[in-house]
Amino acid sequence: MTSFWSWWIVILTSAQIVLCAWLLFGNRKKDSGEVKTTGHTYDGLQEFDNPLPAWWFYMFVITIVFAIGYLIAYPGMGNFKGVLGWTQINQYDKTVTIADEKYRAMRDRYLAMEIEDIAHDPEIRRMGQRLFGNNCAQCHGSDAGGSYGFPNLMDDDWLYGGSPEAIKTTLINGRKAAMPAWESILGEGGIRETAEYLLSLNNREADAEMATAGARHYQTYCVACHGTEAKGNQMLGAPNLVNGIWLYGGTREQIVHTLRNGRNGVMPAFAQTLSEDKIHILTAWVYGLRKETAP
Amino acid sequence: MKHDVIERNTPLMIVLIIGAISFGTLVELVPLAFSKQLATPVEGLEPYSALELEGRDIYIREGCNTCHSQMVRPLRAETERYGHYSVAGEFVYDRPFLWGSKRTGPDLARVGERYSDAWHRAHLYNPRDVVPESNMPSFPWLFENELNAERVPKKMETLRSLGVPYTDDDIAGAVAAVEGKKEIDAVVAYLQQLGTLIQARR
Repeated sequence: MTSFWSWWIVILTSAQIVLCAWLLFGNRKKDSGEVKTTGHTYDGLQEFDNPLPAWWFYMFVITIVFAIGYLIAYPGMGNFKGVLGWTQINQYDKTVTIADEKYRAMRDRYLAMEIEDIAHDPEIRRMGQRLFGNNCAQCHGSDAGGSYGFPNLMDDDWLYGGSPEAIKTTLINGRKAAMPAWESILGEGGIRETAEYLLSLNNREADAEMATAGARHYQTYCVACHGTEAKGNQMLGAPNLVNGIWLYGGTREQIVHTLRNGRNGVMPAFAQTLSEDKIHILTAWVYGLRKETAP
Repeated sequence: MKHDVIERNTPLMIVLIIGAISFGTLVELVPLAFSKQLATPVEGLEPYSALELEGRDIYIREGCNTCHSQMVRPLRAETERYGHYSVAGEFVYDRPFLWGSKRTGPDLARVGERYSDAWHRAHLYNPRDVVPESNMPSFPWLFENELNAERVPKKMETLRSLGVPYTDDDIAGAVAAVEGKKEIDAVVAYLQQLGTLIQARR
């Protein structure tokens, strides 16, 4: 703040306090013992002119004293910082430091431990649940059950791998799926044939003739990522197509839609937003999910 | 002093009342209006692109700011949840600012890049498709309505006259940047840049 505005604030604030004090003391009436009126008379009703009750008067005095005390202790008078040196930000920094010190030991202890060993630790389950609720549940659901387009994390089917390292890598760097749109290459007919082939692979009702044609499309275009047995490839995040789990729906039309338009699911990267220890705890929590639900 | 003098002289009373109630404004607001700190953008801050600007106006039209604030306060509970607290320099080009004062939904000051575009689209179409517990309204018409590209350059020129540093190229390219796009594209573009300039691990 420039010194002009600083003085502007100092002078106006002081003037305000002085004016209030003057108004209060300058108009103070002594209780003379007799009943006085203001002289106003309306239809025979008269207005008393009594002094302010003492408790009321002293409350005003207290507010003035408080204001002066406050402006000495806290920042308020222009560029004067206040004798306590308080600022919003250093109060914030202090709470963060206190919390850091409180949790550092626990954090370091968990960071030094293997994911497999802490995945079922009750404290990890509790902390992980909180972290998941705040950072992951919006897409993966508050029960980690996923939703249309967002993978279920409890079913032990992993797009990019379910080892502790793979889960951690996913959390740190995020993932970008790259299923191309096939309409321009296969045409509507080719897409329908491929869909029939996929249905037949899953032992579902499918047109046999179309499926045979679809198999050729599959061997030409799809096999590179989804593999010869259609079991997917976790290096590429290509899903398994024969386990009955369909991220974008498994009806005939939904499969056709996926083939026609492609799919580009994105898992955001958390390297810039979550600290190392929190990513470690989240990894352990997610890793522990399937064992929790296993029979 | 006799209050008779004031009570019987209305113009004098008006002047004194205005004087008495102006102190707060004069002390708290007027110096801020001239403050350099508040007018200095944070490093890397760009004016909203044509598409983001349209998205912002739709955000206002749909009243998003009545349920979602856009300010992370410097309190640990908030920075743990949302990220680094908001600073004045992030809002230099916001006219009007959308800080808000009520959170029915979460704060959105740092929502940019937090979710994928696909998530935002699914969520705006029907929030319960992705967050079953949500009580946010659906906005399916955003997927139908096309943006009105004609008016974007005018908006940008108005903002430029208020000090937002749009270049002539920005304004010349505005129609092309927006034409043919749906409202949902604009809203997602707007949301995805919110608060991305300041990042802090928490």
